[in-house]
Amino acid sequence: MKSAPFTYHAPTAVEEAAALLAAHGERARVLAGGQSLVPLMHRRIERPEHLVDLNRIVGLDRLEADAEGLRIGATVRQRQVEGDAAVAARWPLLVEAIAEVAHPAIRNRGTVVGSLCNADPSAELPSAALALGGTIVAAGPDGERQIPLARFFAGPGETALARSELALELRLPAPAPRTGSAWLELARRGGDLPVAGVAAVVGLDSGGRCERVRLACANAAPVPLDCGREAEALLGAAVDEEGAAAVGSAVAAAADPVDDYQGSAAERRRVLAVLVRRALLRAAARAEGRS
Amino acid sequence: MSEPGRTAIELTVNGETRRGEVEPRMTLADFLREELRLTGTHVGCEDGFCGACTVHLDGSSVRSCLLYAVQAAGREVHTVESLAGPDGELHPLQEAFRRNHGLQCGFCTPGMLMSALELAQSRERDGAAEPPDEAEIRTAIAGNICRCTGYQGIVDAIAEALRD
Repeated sequence: MKSAPFTYHAPTAVEEAAALLAAHGERARVLAGGQSLVPLMHRRIERPEHLVDLNRIVGLDRLEADAEGLRIGATVRQRQVEGDAAVAARWPLLVEAIAEVAHPAIRNRGTVVGSLCNADPSAELPSAALALGGTIVAAGPDGERQIPLARFFAGPGETALARSELALELRLPAPAPRTGSAWLELARRGGDLPVAGVAAVVGLDSGGRCERVRLACANAAPVPLDCGREAEALLGAAVDEEGAAAVGSAVAAAADPVDDYQGSAAERRRVLAVLVRRALLRAAARAEGRS
Repeated sequence: MSEPGRTAIELTVNGETRRGEVEPRMTLADFLREELRLTGTHVGCEDGFCGACTVHLDGSSVRSCLLYAVQAAGREVHTVESLAGPDGELHPLQEAFRRNHGLQCGFCTPGMLMSALELAQSRERDGAAEPPDEAEIRTAIAGNICRCTGYQGIVDAIAEALRD
């Protein structure tokens, strides 16, 4: 299995990469970690005539946490985020989700932003980043723009990015106090894409009542499924077994999962109901400081 | 820019500067094997699943089948050939694999060794005091498939090498 011939570009500046994408449009693909794209090229499912490698662009490998939040550049490896102390302290959901992505050698190359642009609805990071309220910063012929992840995913492998646009970084807002989170998934084997996965973020007020909640599910629909509406039922009260189970049932009903060799749609709905209940309870417990 | 035709690259492999002319679509695995004749790196699935082609790029384990050789230009690559001494003396990991029946047909062994080496090096960097437990070892080699040994001999070998 060999890739079809292509012209390789290794730009050293964002403007140069954007100009290449503008010039070659549909005939070009962006290469960051390559852990999904290169296998598709080997199988010739993807046959770009031009490959634009971002890895030599200075500055895209920056991982920065400050008072405003977290910024993950387009070439920051999953393994680097996984091992970062600031991320572990303030965005532990990301570390929990990355730990389930494939294997160490894949995470050494694979990027967080690349996983979002790959837009696999069954993958961990799109749902985790959606639950964390992420925003993509993209560069194109008309300059930069910000795209909230809530409007980013358009279908399997499809995003709001134009072919002439390039994702520069993922931004995550700083977590509020008394916030807890959890990533839970069911996979046939460790490292496999999950049969279903759930990201939950719960914020409590000083009385222990649910004040904020975000919920997103992997492999529940053709896009990472934003279940914010279903989870709203928890607002204003303590997160208990009954309330969390009710959200789980609502998510199972709202989901539109696939039938495939890993599980039927009906099985996925049952798994989602259980994972949602457990993830909400775990996130709430962590928000209270007990886990 | 490199046209689909051949392009010159220079990289460091096992401490030596190596040069070559490659098509952009040539994988690092094929470059190592076919151009540099370093056939210790094995090519199993060419799809990122099996781990037989694992090498180190700038000190981290990577699938050399999922990296084009042009991407490695200017970088530092280590292959399984970097493990043994110049006189053929086995690396402690290799010696432990031999002693613990950590290999049978040997196809997965180069990848297993390079994954185990990353575990050893990262523990040394972190100043880990206790030897790794079995779960940590199994996680480190989870991306490497072996069809012969049932893995237990491999896990035992890595545990022994990292204990001593």
